[in-house]
Amino acid sequence: MSLIDSRALPPHLRVLRTLTSAWSWIFLFLIVVFFEAWSWQTYGRTFIANLYNLQSILLTATQILMMALGLTLVIISAGIDLSIGFTAGLAAVTMAVVMRATPELAPPLSFALGVGAGVGIALVPGLINGWLIGRLKVPSFIGTLGMFGVTRGMAFLVAGGATVAVRNETARDFGNGRIADILPIPVLVAATITLLFHYLLAHTRFGLYVYAMGGNLQSAVRAGVNTTRLTFTIYLLSAFTASMAGIFYTSRFSAGAADAGEPILLNAVAAVFIGGASLTGGSGTIGGTVIGALIIAIIQFGLVFIGMPPFWQFITVGLVIIVAVLIDQSRDRLARLTTSAA
Amino acid sequence: MSEPILTVEGVSKRFGATQASKEVSLELHAGEVLALAGDNGAGKSTLIKMIAGAHVPDDGEIRYDGQRIGMLGPQGVRDLGIETIYQDLALADNLDVGINIFLGRERMHRRFGIPFLDRRTMRDEARGALEHLGIRLNDLSVPVRFLSGGQRQAIAISRAVYWKARVLIMDEPTAALGVPEQREVKALIRRLRGEGVAIILISHNLADIFELCDRIVVLERGRKVGERRIDDTDEDEVVAMMMGRVVDR
Repeated sequence: MSLIDSRALPPHLRVLRTLTSAWSWIFLFLIVVFFEAWSWQTYGRTFIANLYNLQSILLTATQILMMALGLTLVIISAGIDLSIGFTAGLAAVTMAVVMRATPELAPPLSFALGVGAGVGIALVPGLINGWLIGRLKVPSFIGTLGMFGVTRGMAFLVAGGATVAVRNETARDFGNGRIADILPIPVLVAATITLLFHYLLAHTRFGLYVYAMGGNLQSAVRAGVNTTRLTFTIYLLSAFTASMAGIFYTSRFSAGAADAGEPILLNAVAAVFIGGASLTGGSGTIGGTVIGALIIAIIQFGLVFIGMPPFWQFITVGLVIIVAVLIDQSRDRLARLTTSAA
Repeated sequence: MSEPILTVEGVSKRFGATQASKEVSLELHAGEVLALAGDNGAGKSTLIKMIAGAHVPDDGEIRYDGQRIGMLGPQGVRDLGIETIYQDLALADNLDVGINIFLGRERMHRRFGIPFLDRRTMRDEARGALEHLGIRLNDLSVPVRFLSGGQRQAIAISRAVYWKARVLIMDEPTAALGVPEQREVKALIRRLRGEGVAIILISHNLADIFELCDRIVVLERGRKVGERRIDDTDEDEVVAMMMGRVVDR
């Protein structure tokens, strides 16, 4: 091994490297093929080329993705945000309570106020997370676990312990409407936010510093990055996307529930790791997280579609997470092999 | 002799009850390699951190090109052209070579009026910077954690040189390397010296010091106990100074 590196990568290892880095795409393809084959075998019709099925899958994926977008940034920066489950719930019930309190306003105005209040209140746990982790250097697992409890209690207090039903046509249209009768509005909004996050993470200094911080905190410090401020921004963005998940929930079901985001939390974490992130930080992409969210959504919807008891979802998603981590490890070993030991 | 590029004059630094640095003075000239030697706890790290702007001296002053730099902070000092390569190298192991050389001073370009990181330009310029130092890597797109210790050291050095460092402070640059790589990093240091970079080298390895350096400054318990031209001393004397048995006054 020398400073002059004249070896080329052997072709078979090159192929293997491409395969492992594209495995989530391959996996996505395989599960679609599986459900498609099952559908033809059992019902004699298509699974994936059906508009209703596609819309359902995309809506499920949207819920997961909204929580997972901000979480992707957090995990790349070598942190974790457990509080987002109830941050979503807090945003959902706050939005519902505000809309209920303003029945005399025009529905669009009441809706706008509700959205503003939902996002606004979610930024509070985001700020506190940033302060705990960025300023007080509390480990993110502990800090956000604490905030998981705090936001949980807050959400139930705001909701008065029950689901808050609302009647607002703007909210209903926002949550259930379709562009040209095809594309659900939440999917369109989520796609826009996703593109924005992709741009932030892949093409800006901010995104680069998130990666640097996760790879080696000292490298970011040396580059003159204010890592405290960066941490605040990351956890605020995480709270923001979680609040969007809550807003989609309240709009879609015309009701805010304090535990709206709780069942999605683990799926969001899973989506990020299936998408190629690592618990030690420094890796992961928005594109990967999108694939991860799609994989989970297809498994969830597909298992219901083929009539399996819903509990199989947990088992399947659980297994996929384990496979994802195993592949991630072997990818790292492979990369090491192909760059230094050949 | 020419004007020194860096002058340290009577600097002291105390941490609580510990006198980490006591009235240390030294001069550094362009194109010279100065060894900073001393046992553990002798105050080498404190001294280089004061020069690098990470610690502010309690007393005394540090001048670079005649300008006082004691209060500038790490970024200010680096912007003037004094780079410090600590043992951990401060590389982002998950990012590629190009990004590592540019981190903190990224190149951007606009597409449709929107600013984007210009990864290709950074990678191309990184390749140029490495080749300038005689380092060739096949694939600059791999994360630097997959590179060898020597290659990583070389990237940290290239980063400093690319940004026009005129003073380079290196903390044990060969300590974690195998023998062939040690040799190449030493060749790199000689090459930089030939280009007029002033280098401060912290090392425990006396053989390296005698091979590479022009002068040696020995610290012991925060004080400077000796300074020699490398041709005027030998290992025995240096060891004696490190142990506090020879003190110049």
